[in-house]
Order: sequence, then C-alpha cells, then structure tokens
Amino acid sequence: MTASLRLRAGLVSLVLLAAFLGIWHLATRSTGTTATMSPEYAKLMGLTATQGKSAMPGPLDVGAKLWEHLKRPFYDNGPNDKGLGIQLGYSIARVGTGYLLAVLVAIPLGFLIGMSPLLSKALDPFIQVLKPISPLAWMPLALYTIKDSSVSAIFVIFICSIWPMLLNTVFGVASVRKEWINVARTLEVGTVRRAFTVILPAAAPTILTGMRISIGIAWLVIVAAEMLVGGTGIGYFVWNEWNNLSITNVIIAILLIGIVGMLLDQILARFTRMVTFPE
Amino acid sequence: MTDKFISIEGIAKRYPGAGGATTTIFENLWLSMARGEFACVIGHSGCGKTTVLNILAGLDAPSEGAVIVDGQAISGTSLDRAVIFQSHALLPWRTVLGNVAYAVSSKWRSWDRAKVKAHAQKFIDLVGLSGAEHKRPSELSGGMKQRVGIARALSIMPKMMLMDEPFSALDALTRGTLQDEVRRICLETGQTAFMITHDVDEAIYLADKIFLMTNGPGAVLAEVVENPLPRDRGRTDLHRHPLYYALRNHIIDFLVTRSKTFTTEKPDHDPRNVPTVQIGKPGLSIASSGEEPRQTWMPGTNPGLSA
Repeated sequence: MTASLRLRAGLVSLVLLAAFLGIWHLATRSTGTTATMSPEYAKLMGLTATQGKSAMPGPLDVGAKLWEHLKRPFYDNGPNDKGLGIQLGYSIARVGTGYLLAVLVAIPLGFLIGMSPLLSKALDPFIQVLKPISPLAWMPLALYTIKDSSVSAIFVIFICSIWPMLLNTVFGVASVRKEWINVARTLEVGTVRRAFTVILPAAAPTILTGMRISIGIAWLVIVAAEMLVGGTGIGYFVWNEWNNLSITNVIIAILLIGIVGMLLDQILARFTRMVTFPE
Repeated sequence: MTDKFISIEGIAKRYPGAGGATTTIFENLWLSMARGEFACVIGHSGCGKTTVLNILAGLDAPSEGAVIVDGQAISGTSLDRAVIFQSHALLPWRTVLGNVAYAVSSKWRSWDRAKVKAHAQKFIDLVGLSGAEHKRPSELSGGMKQRVGIARALSIMPKMMLMDEPFSALDALTRGTLQDEVRRICLETGQTAFMITHDVDEAIYLADKIFLMTNGPGAVLAEVVENPLPRDRGRTDLHRHPLYYALRNHIIDFLVTRSKTFTTEKPDHDPRNVPTVQIGKPGLSIASSGEEPRQTWMPGTNPGLSA
C-alpha cells in the first residue's frame, strides 16, 4: 500500500517536473528569424535579436552548462573563475565552522540557562533583543572589529545559528519531565551524572530540532554574507555571474544551493531520528 | 509502638497563597511505622497524601517538623528509600535492563558492567519480566512498565518502599496480579512499605495498618486502623473472613461521611495520639470520650449486613 503510494507520488513528481521543463523550454525557445540583417551584424547582435530567442536561458542551455560544470568541478583559473565544487566547498566550510562554534557555545550555555531559573530570567531580555537582529546587520561591526572578511562571514554564521539552538536547548532542558528528574533524585544521582544520563537524552530531540533549524538558517545566510564579503563561496559566485550577465550560471547556482541545503537538512534529520525515543 | 522504624514528627506543609495568606495542606502530622510493616494511606484527593510520601522520599521538604527513619532525621533523598511512581517514570530511551541497571549502578558505583547487569537481571526475573530485558518501555504494556518500576525500586535493596498509587493506572486484572507480586515480595524481603491508594480493597489486602486522613486543606490523620486479617491472607477468600466487612465498612464510612465531618465532630482530636482502631476487639477499640461504642462484629452475626 505504502509502496504503491510512493510510486504514484514519484510519478506525479516526474510529471510535474516534465511539465515545468516543457513550459520553460517553450517560453524561452527561438521563434525564427525576426529581422534580416547582414551576417556580421547578426553575429554581433546575438540570437536574442535575430532569432527572437528570450534572454532567459532555456532548460537545455542550463543542462549543457551544468554538465560542463560537473565535468570540471574543481578547476581554478584565478580569483574570478573557480569551479563550482571549490565555491561550494568554501561556503560549506564557512557554514561548518560558524555552526560548530555555535554548537559549542549554545548547547552548554543552554544547559546552564535551562537548569537555572535565575539565569533563565536574567538572560531572557538579552536573548529576546539579540534574537531578532538580522545576522547581516552584524557584518559592519564584524568587519570593523575582526578586520578579516572571511572570518567575519564565519562570525555572521555563528551569530545566526546560535539562537535557535540556544532557545531549543533551554526549552528542552527546562521541560524535562519532573518524574524523570525525581527518579534521578531518589537514586542520589549527582548533578553532572544527572545532566548526562537524564537531562541530555531527554532533551536531545528538542536540541537536535534546534540544530536542524539552525543549519537551515546558516545556509540561507551564507549566500547573502558571501555576496557582501566577496572573494569566494557560492554566494559570491551568484553575484559575480550576475555581474557577468550569465543567467545560466545563476540558475545553476540556485539549483545547487537548494540541493546542498536539502542535504544538510537531511543529515540533521537523520541525527534527530537517532536520538528520538518513542514514549 | 516500641520499634519506631519510621517516625513522622509534627510535620506541616504550607504554601504561600494569594494575597500573602498561606494555605496549610496539613499540619502537626504524627505517624509512625514499625520495621517490616506495610501501611496504606487512604484519603480523598487534596488531603496531602502525596505530599507526605514525597516528604518521606525526600523529594519535598516539610515546612515544619521532621521525619526520622531508622533513628536518623532525613534530609533529602536516599537510596534507602525507593519510590515506585504512579506513572512508572521509566526512562523511555533505556531498555528494561537499562532502566534497572541505571538504579543498580547508582547505588553501587564501583561495580563493573557485568556485575550490575547480573544484579539487575535478578530483579527483572523476580518481577517476571525475563525475556523482555531488551525491550523499550514504549513496547511494554502498562502492567509490564509498572513491573519494571517495581524491579527498579527493589534492585537497590532499599530499607523501605514508597508507593504513590502504583496500580491506579492499571486494569483490574493486572492490578490484582501486581498486588499479589508486591505482597509476596514485601513479605519475602521483609520490606517496610508505605503506600498511597484510593482503593479500599487494595488497602485491606495489602496493609497491616491503614492510615485514614481527613479532607484537606487542614487535613489530619484521623485514625490508624489495624488490619485484623491474618498475615497469610489470600486474595480469593479474603471476603470470607468474618471481620472483612466490618473493616471495609469502617473505612468506607470514613471516606463517605466522617472524612468531611471529623474535624468539627472531634475538636479535641490529639494528632500526637491518633486513636488506633482494632476492628473486632471492642475492648481495645477507641475509647475516647463522647463517642458511642462502635458496632462491632460478634461471632455468629453477619457484620457486613448489620453495619
């Protein structure tokens, strides 16, 4: 029953994809000769003027270009011409570094805040004010103090991914069932052992959910951050190709950003499943 | 009472209420138990039964008074006093064995893995869960979960067991079986047990002593009823005992009417000397002033119908 449902859903997905690609192709294809001009002039004007082709690339153009990129993902022809693999690698490395730093800060801090009602109340106003700040708003401050654009981008990732993790950890730790805590108390389990054997496993699903939200936000923010700081990364690539007026490359980059984002989310989803327990 | 294994001495529990007033759940509560005794507390919701149990467990602190267990005032929780929770409170990410082993390794921290496992296994076998060691709590029925709770409590070999309505969430059949198990285990191990229940029959079957509490707030321990049934009572012929109905009626009368009116009817009730009711022994029953002699069972009459 479920297998057939999955099969039918897959079929519908394929049909939708085919329809989308078909409409895209029809909308951007050449309509035939629109103006007669000397061949040399026509060469200068390009297909848009002579054949009525849309300036927007069609799926076949994008496919061909994508294939080119996939064949050579790691070439490096200087600062403005690097393979997509290298650009994505830079972005993933920045996200990974900023995100891991955020994990190292948010989870222990969240534990402390969640276990202490005093700290929870005392830090709440700060968190409430800091949380809604757009991570890019930190960028000038980061550039001014850190004086390194690449590290600044990492800092921006750090600051944007810390809040969901921190808040979820606080919530998860603070809402561990009283009875589980009481079990640990009646067994005279010490605070540290209690934190690791009762509170951590009980709060783990909530913490992992926060981490999953964070990685999503971090991947959203890195594109914008790299557009600002420039140099390397998939965000820079998008802006650079816009300046080159290569819409094909922009579309390819958009596609790849989506795919990498999905993979990052799936990895965290798998971790979440590992720590989730049925009640 | 010569051997006071547990002595609750004048405890009170108060909570700050609205507008600076304090709400007193109970105060000046005195209660004692001998070693190896099985006591049940009966009273309506809100009379502070669970609070008394939590104070005994060390999970809650009394606003006044002290609790002395085995000659020592308690402060906080202790591995000597195991708690069986109403909601079984198993850790859902651990297996049956993991849950019991967690308690065992908390008590004996220096034990190695194999020793902890063997000890835990012994208690899993004791409650009849052999074969289910590697199941998670979510895969168990309510009765099996509570068995794990019992195994966990027993595995640390406590001096006493505290049970907060341990069987109230179970169906009647499972409840009966588990009552049998608990009774057998407590008799075998000479465990001192303190149990809260709403179920009069459960109290009669399990308890040596039944504590009756009046309604809260301002609840008091009204009477201590000694169970006249023999220690080796059986579930099936319990109700044939000549004193069974007299005892049952006494408790139900209390719950239905006297728990509400007790405090007004007996203003001179001394919480330090709570009357002990001995059903079937008129000479020894409450001899407090002003009370009419209680109708007691006489040989040859049917106490259940006459009361």
